[in-house]
Amino acid sequence: MSTYADPYASSRETTEGTVFSVTGGDWDSLVTEIGQAKEERVVVNMGPQHPSTHGVLRLVLELEGETVTEVRCGIGYLHTGIEKNIEFRNWTQATTFVTRMDYLAPLFNEAAYCLGVEKLLGITNDVPEKANVIRVMMMEFNRISSHMVALGTGALELGALSPMIFCFREREKVLDIFEFISGLRMNMAYIRPGGVAQDLPAGAVEKILATVKDLRHSFKDNEKLLVGNSIWMKRTEGIGYLDLAGATTLGVTGPVIRATGLPLDLRKIQPYSGYENYNFDVVTADTCDVYGRFLIRINELEQSLRIIEQCAEKLKSLEGAPVMVADKKIAWPAQLAIGADGMGNSLNHIREIMGTSMESLIHHFKLVTEGFRVPAGQVYSAIESPRGELGAHVVSDGGTRPYRVHFREPSFNNLQSTSAMCEGSMVADIIGAVASIDPVMGGVDR
Amino acid sequence: MSQDKPKDQQGMFGAAGTGDTSGYGGLVRATAAAGSSQRPFGGYFDQVADDLERAYPDFADAIERVVVDRGELTLHIKRERLVEVALILRDKLKFEMSMGVSGVHYPDDKNRELHAVYHLLSVTNNQRIRLEVSVPDIDPHIPSLVEVWGGSNWNERETFDMFGIIFDGHPGLTRILMPDDWQGHPQRKDYALGGIGVEYKGAVTPPPSDRRSYK
Repeated sequence: MSTYADPYASSRETTEGTVFSVTGGDWDSLVTEIGQAKEERVVVNMGPQHPSTHGVLRLVLELEGETVTEVRCGIGYLHTGIEKNIEFRNWTQATTFVTRMDYLAPLFNEAAYCLGVEKLLGITNDVPEKANVIRVMMMEFNRISSHMVALGTGALELGALSPMIFCFREREKVLDIFEFISGLRMNMAYIRPGGVAQDLPAGAVEKILATVKDLRHSFKDNEKLLVGNSIWMKRTEGIGYLDLAGATTLGVTGPVIRATGLPLDLRKIQPYSGYENYNFDVVTADTCDVYGRFLIRINELEQSLRIIEQCAEKLKSLEGAPVMVADKKIAWPAQLAIGADGMGNSLNHIREIMGTSMESLIHHFKLVTEGFRVPAGQVYSAIESPRGELGAHVVSDGGTRPYRVHFREPSFNNLQSTSAMCEGSMVADIIGAVASIDPVMGGVDR
Repeated sequence: MSQDKPKDQQGMFGAAGTGDTSGYGGLVRATAAAGSSQRPFGGYFDQVADDLERAYPDFADAIERVVVDRGELTLHIKRERLVEVALILRDKLKFEMSMGVSGVHYPDDKNRELHAVYHLLSVTNNQRIRLEVSVPDIDPHIPSLVEVWGGSNWNERETFDMFGIIFDGHPGLTRILMPDDWQGHPQRKDYALGGIGVEYKGAVTPPPSDRRSYK
């Protein structure tokens, strides 16, 4: 024991023995002190601001040398109170909030919420076909952009820089499509209760098909870089092991459970928005490890492109079809249009409500300020987001605002498996394991 | 709002005690709520109910009511029996996965103010059901299901954090989203949203919770 107080490496006695707290600075005195200790157990705080924790995730690691003996996650740093806030907004306004939860998959948040509201309203089957096709197409594009971030940042964290450059290049193309169709690249609030915010702009189908062709070509770059790459496989094979029993009891879904060989994909087993009308395969792996989850994401890209192509085919024959429910008491009356300076109010709509029809103006005003009423009750609507089952538990008391909305976020449940995956492994493998869960802290904390 | 005795809504606007000059103050709108459902429930729900009754002899005593609404089955369960029912649902009826716990606060539902809602998924049979447990605000204890579905751990912590429901037997029931020293449980209806008004050119837009609202 040293007799002087070291400002950087103080020690104190606890029930578990002498505890050294290191806050930087002089390691020499610490090494001298620890040299006298009987055991060598180190507690390391990783995060909450750490480049490889996917947002503000804090991991408290207990180490024996290089081996991790215990992992605890600290979350909540990105809690925004979205579920509370939307209890003070009307049913349509809530889409603007929920789209910001899991910021890499905004369209999925909107879709889960809107499907829940539609189920409460009893209008699930009244949503026009074109709206469903657009929803499916936008969600699949979003799955691609989300997987691009998962793959790119995951590779970056393991030290592979080039995949990140390629992935963000491809993601940019998808975001351009989002911008072209909805006017926004992220947080679009594009899917609304009853349909979608606005129709596709002219020339959309051609642009979509061109992008699909482009993406299919450039996805090969990534595949060539990583699939079968021996360095990559050394960092990912057998790492972050979680088998089916573990995944089931922990409520883990998405690529992580599909990597155990279980083809659990809600698009197939409990289809919504017309997914039963598309041909695609559920991608699985049987390795239960980081490499399996990586392969699943890589191969799901092609399946998403297949679905988008089928959507584009359907859209060709749906020119001019409605994209919002016919019920005028629910359909959002404000029409948007894209002008020379970006998206804004449709001039035709403004002309009608301000110039020609007072009834239209009243209707617009009532629905926009007051909103519509949703019959009392509760529903749970679940969809397959890029990370797994995204569920919305929507409760209404019969009013114009949600009474309670709770999101079953796949990131939240999946992140729970970090301890099961990492305990007993090396410190460096935690990075790969967490990256393969692909948690988005905006969704975890909401 | 209470689930058993739906409260009729009066008037159009939420702010009470203010001069509502709209003339809509006298409107009364009946709120329909789903009561108990009678057989047949439809779909696979009858099968689930039959299997549960067969596997669990105390079914009639443990289940307060069965609600089938909008194509979804909800079993309202007494809290003392929750773990037993959950074990049978998991082992005999193959509801392998619990998709989480969601709390709902119904301040007007006397002695049943806090509800915990469990969403279960059976991968084997491709079925979903919902369990609902209600407890009084003064005694907010529910047995923990962490032993049944390990994934309930964080979900129960979140429900405790947001509603103050105490899950007995939970291995470490601490706050998860809010800071450890936070006062109150934010998702409860008696917890104010907060916020400040925004002034622009002399006019103030009040915070969302103080704005005139439509019921």
